[in-house]
Amino acid sequence: MRSLPVFALLLLALAVSGFGQTLINGAGATFPYPIYSKWFDEFHKLHPDAQINYQSIGSGGGIRQLEAGTVDFGASDQPMNDEQLKKQKTPVLHFPTVLGAVVATYNIEGVSAELNLTPEAIAGVFLGTIKQWNDPAIAKPNPGVKLPAADIVVVHRSDGSGTTFIWTDFLSKGSADWKAQVGSGTSVKWPVGLGAKGNEGVSGLVKQTPNSFGYVELIYAIQNQMPYARVRNAAGLFVKAELASVTAAAAGAAADIPDDFRVSITNAPGKAAYPISSFTWLLVPTRIEDPAKRKDIVEFLRWMLGPGQAMTEALSYAPLPKKVVAKELKAIALVQ
Amino acid sequence: MASPAVTADRVAGSPGWRDFLRRLRAGDTIAHAIVLVFAASILLITVLLLIELWGNSALSRAKFGWGFFTASAWDPVAGEFGALPFIYGTAMTSFLALLLSVPLGLGAAIFLAEMAPPGISDSLTFVIELLAAVPSVIYGLLGVFVLVPIMRQVVEPGLIKSLGFLPLFRGPSYGVGMLTSSVVLAIMILPFVVSISREALMGVPREQREAALAVGATRWESTWQVVVPFARLGIIGSVFLALARALGETMAVTMVIGNDPRISSSLLAPGYSIAAVIANEFTEATADLHLSALIELGLVLFLLTVVINGLGRLLVLTTTRKGTAQS
Repeated sequence: MRSLPVFALLLLALAVSGFGQTLINGAGATFPYPIYSKWFDEFHKLHPDAQINYQSIGSGGGIRQLEAGTVDFGASDQPMNDEQLKKQKTPVLHFPTVLGAVVATYNIEGVSAELNLTPEAIAGVFLGTIKQWNDPAIAKPNPGVKLPAADIVVVHRSDGSGTTFIWTDFLSKGSADWKAQVGSGTSVKWPVGLGAKGNEGVSGLVKQTPNSFGYVELIYAIQNQMPYARVRNAAGLFVKAELASVTAAAAGAAADIPDDFRVSITNAPGKAAYPISSFTWLLVPTRIEDPAKRKDIVEFLRWMLGPGQAMTEALSYAPLPKKVVAKELKAIALVQ
Repeated sequence: MASPAVTADRVAGSPGWRDFLRRLRAGDTIAHAIVLVFAASILLITVLLLIELWGNSALSRAKFGWGFFTASAWDPVAGEFGALPFIYGTAMTSFLALLLSVPLGLGAAIFLAEMAPPGISDSLTFVIELLAAVPSVIYGLLGVFVLVPIMRQVVEPGLIKSLGFLPLFRGPSYGVGMLTSSVVLAIMILPFVVSISREALMGVPREQREAALAVGATRWESTWQVVVPFARLGIIGSVFLALARALGETMAVTMVIGNDPRISSSLLAPGYSIAAVIANEFTEATADLHLSALIELGLVLFLLTVVINGLGRLLVLTTTRKGTAQS
């Protein structure tokens, strides 16, 4: 019995500390999780009364939870389509947060050079029409590189992912055959190849399989010191994936970015643009009933577009171009 | 909150012996009711699971009907879904895993139960039970980093060279594929076969062995012709438990199977299993039909398990009726 008052006191203390704190729940994309958790942590330090809780359960899960009303905001690597938007009870806004890039990585015996690849060649390999590394479609833009007459082992993601969406979206734009036969999505019907789970699965399999060819997020290729190709962009130049060339892709597409920010920036115009780049979005309902939550979410969006953008490069995400930031700041007013 | 000393005092000062007995009898009914509820909860969970799977797969069932079982396309972009390659992959890898692990496991169990000195038997059994507790992702990682390179560089080229005339061992050696995932599964289910079979063999009464030896059987004859048949119920039970584990295994399989929904005559080719595709695609399935098809795959896996376990029961029933020994 003696422990009861202590227990009650503890409970009271807990209740008091919890009082005045706003707990905001979000869920969705896994790709931006490292920067999001950094942001939410830093934001909490600046605003001790706002606690943002983010579950990286995947873009599809984020959209479904938002629809069910179990979270206050969602996050996705792929913009919601019209059908998904229609199902939401309150209209949902898309806010681009950072940019990511997907790279074509390979492991060719005896080749350490950086390859130049055209979208047609990449699509051909992934369609199974280009079977060997010394195929003219690969060899032509790479004079001086001695490519072996070895069969290409294609490696793709087996789990549904935003990375796959960006990759297949790029291939659909770069190759009519790909668009007709496969299309784009978080999971697709792969004509050839081995499936590996996650970026780490693909990079692991490419690293240990001779003459393999796969795709991973930029940061995984850098971390694992894997070679990755320069890819021909819409302006006809071969560009390497770097934070600057990824931001350039967004800047190139920013000129005609729609008001709802639902846009794909793969194969974006601009000489410096890396063509396999994409935004990732926060999904915020236009009407948030709880005033405290609304205030914190709006404040977070403003902060994320300002000081938050400076933290992206340390984690290998490309920051948003200024034009997009300015446009988003205006769109925040729609959250009521 | 009462301290233990206080509780003990109260029990000691409780009313008389007769009251205590009556309460005990009431306690019996209460205990009976409680365990009944616990037992019913197993049935309840199964039924709820079935209802959920059935209800949430309605969209896919309405669209594809029975064709879901025979279609082999799996195209989330076009919205076409068929379960056949996954059923094949699940059944084939599990079957191969059993083929590899049952003889090995039974042999090990016979050694441990019948021949090994008790000290060795006990310590080896401890190690085997430890293996059963290793998380499946660890087996998957070992598969990816150790087994896959060995399979690609040594085992698969060897199989292609020696047995390449069979369609089972043709094609390029990727390292990942049906055969590799069967080997990983076989290693994972081996502890179940060994551990439970050993228990069953140890449970055979000593008189059985003595009788066999008394009529002039050798040690091996008594083991193989008397002890093993006597324990076969337990051994079959161990095989079916292992099979259930193999059918539902997800992580380790998806890491080494190659994840390609295609039915290939070659065991070296990549494949896909039901549990693996659900784990892979569930989180990012944005289209309703895709999600519904994945849930229907869960239903298919459930049915597959029921059918296989049913067959197992049937096997047990027929063999006990024919057999001489009952356990």
